[in-house]
Amino acid sequence: MTDARTPTLSVRELRVEFPATERGATVKAVDGVSFDILKGETFGLIGESGSGKTTIGRAVVHLVEPTAGTILHDGVDPATLSSRDFRAARRAWQIVFQDPNAALNPRSTILTSVMEPLAILGVGSAAERRLAAMRALARVGLPEEIGARYPHQLSGGQKQRVVIARTLTLKPELIVCDEVVAALDMSIRGDVLNLFAELQRELGLTYLFITHDLSVVSHISDRIAVAYLGRLVELGPAEAVTESAIHPYTRALLSAEPAPLPSHMRTGKRILLEGEIPSPINPPSGCHFRTRCGHAVDLCAQRAPEWREIVRGHWAACHFAEQFSGEKNEVGNKAGATLMGG
Amino acid sequence: MQTAPDIRAAQSAPLLDVQGMSISFATAGGRLEATRDITFAVAPGERIGVVGESGCGKTITGLSLLRLLPEDVAHISGRLDFMGVDLATCSEAALRDIRGKRIGMIFQEPMSALDPVFTVGDQIAEGLLAHGRMSRAEARERALEALRSVGIAAPEKRFHAYPHQLSGGMRQRVMIAGAMICNPQLLIADEPTTALDVTVQAQILELLRDLSDRAHMALLFITHDLGVVAETCTRMLTMYAGEIVEDAGVDAALEHPLHPYTSGLLRALPRLSERRSALPSIPGRVPVLGQMPEGCRFRQRCPFAIDGCERPQPLQDAGAGRRVRCWRFRDLDLPGVAA
Repeated sequence: MTDARTPTLSVRELRVEFPATERGATVKAVDGVSFDILKGETFGLIGESGSGKTTIGRAVVHLVEPTAGTILHDGVDPATLSSRDFRAARRAWQIVFQDPNAALNPRSTILTSVMEPLAILGVGSAAERRLAAMRALARVGLPEEIGARYPHQLSGGQKQRVVIARTLTLKPELIVCDEVVAALDMSIRGDVLNLFAELQRELGLTYLFITHDLSVVSHISDRIAVAYLGRLVELGPAEAVTESAIHPYTRALLSAEPAPLPSHMRTGKRILLEGEIPSPINPPSGCHFRTRCGHAVDLCAQRAPEWREIVRGHWAACHFAEQFSGEKNEVGNKAGATLMGG
Repeated sequence: MQTAPDIRAAQSAPLLDVQGMSISFATAGGRLEATRDITFAVAPGERIGVVGESGCGKTITGLSLLRLLPEDVAHISGRLDFMGVDLATCSEAALRDIRGKRIGMIFQEPMSALDPVFTVGDQIAEGLLAHGRMSRAEARERALEALRSVGIAAPEKRFHAYPHQLSGGMRQRVMIAGAMICNPQLLIADEPTTALDVTVQAQILELLRDLSDRAHMALLFITHDLGVVAETCTRMLTMYAGEIVEDAGVDAALEHPLHPYTSGLLRALPRLSERRSALPSIPGRVPVLGQMPEGCRFRQRCPFAIDGCERPQPLQDAGAGRRVRCWRFRDLDLPGVAA
């Protein structure tokens, strides 16, 4: 936010509401969120179910319409474009979902699926589209013969590569990755994450990486934002957020992650949160997290904490953020663990 | 070694003793072996994690222990000795006396395990009424107590709730209350926290550990998450392609894995790699049923495979209460996690 680079995406006071089944009630899925994503960076967005992270991602690529607020892509609000210009601009921002099975037509061959977006946009001749699709498949590390196959003949990891290849045919600048490795086995998650990193280096891609998995987000992100019940509670450089988190929710989240470490290495103190995330139909007054926060006082119910920069580049929304900042986290063992031997 | 007492306990007086269990399925293309030569013991109160990728036979192994696979297609061979009863061959009546009473089971998705048209109180009390002779009033009291013991606030109110009125974490607590109501000696938990948020998962893991300690209940914890095993269990069985490839205390397995597959799973964890560095992975995929390679089933994906790996691999004693299915384990110094 204080970086000299220009943001490729600028989100200001974003609000997304959905009608609830109960009469007259609304679900405040996103309740006033602001952030910038810089060109070429990986911006991690983490949160539990109900945090609004998926809705933020969809709003960014205009799959859901904001109730209020602005979303600027390279300084332009797509909502102001004519539908023709909007379609042309939209190529630049793409989204990849968790489940590649749902994203691929079971009755189409892989090559047909990968060519489809170009066909819809009417780019090039059929032969050119075919070539572009084959190049994209090769680019994500799939052998040529995969193109003739059907989704059910591929493994989960291969299918996710196909979806990435399809996205690449459009030459996007920003890709929203929504839980893209959550459905994959541990042993191949690394492959897919490595592919994202490689593509970023070579093509200068920008990622909004949405996940509930802390180890994934802290591994690949430059900066991390933490969402809770429709709002951001913390945002900062990945190291700062994982090693000196300010917000009590971030700290609890970090400490809740099960650490694959032997007993003598788990020095971290666990902060066990009570209860579960409240309903976004009727969120708590003031600070949304106060009902589960061990530090909550009367003030937290009366007034929503201001979203402010606590340390350079490190933002938080907590009345006591200044007091908490600078404390080294006693949770987890983030930095201590490395591989040995072999 | 910190975990030695647990392993000794397992050897002296097992609660469950599985010997050479194989599970095969009848298919149009003939009989397919899903697991082979599964041998392990569970001591009273012991907590064992079963890990491996999808398709390695973890779930099938858990289901077989209670004979929950359809008997017309699934065939179980070997011995499954639970306190003197062979679960593989005992009568349905004998099995009914064990299922839900002495061995409980919980699953990943509580919504599909709970009946949507009955209140949760009724479903918890059902186990008691089926197994014990008691009045409905007594069963209700016990069910309320069970709801309280799994940390459900206002159990009198929740007793009359239907599953859809509860959150995911609450439903899993109800499942656990139902599984615990008859005080089983063994609880089989198949990915019980995979569908839950991480802060709720932490609550449920704490609850399972606590219940196991208090009631001296053994736990067979099936999961793909090595972090969950490290926090919950004392021993870890690594499964690959239907076989146990490693059996060790959790700390020992994490620090000095003896099987290349266990080591590969550990190395693939993002938290153990330097930020933004390339993540190691295990190339290839688990072989499908009916196309198992000869000898070591992992050798096509193993960076240490040499001539000789195509020979049959027994699960051999590796000393210090450990077992490993790799003939090269003494020559390999495999990376694990360390400070």
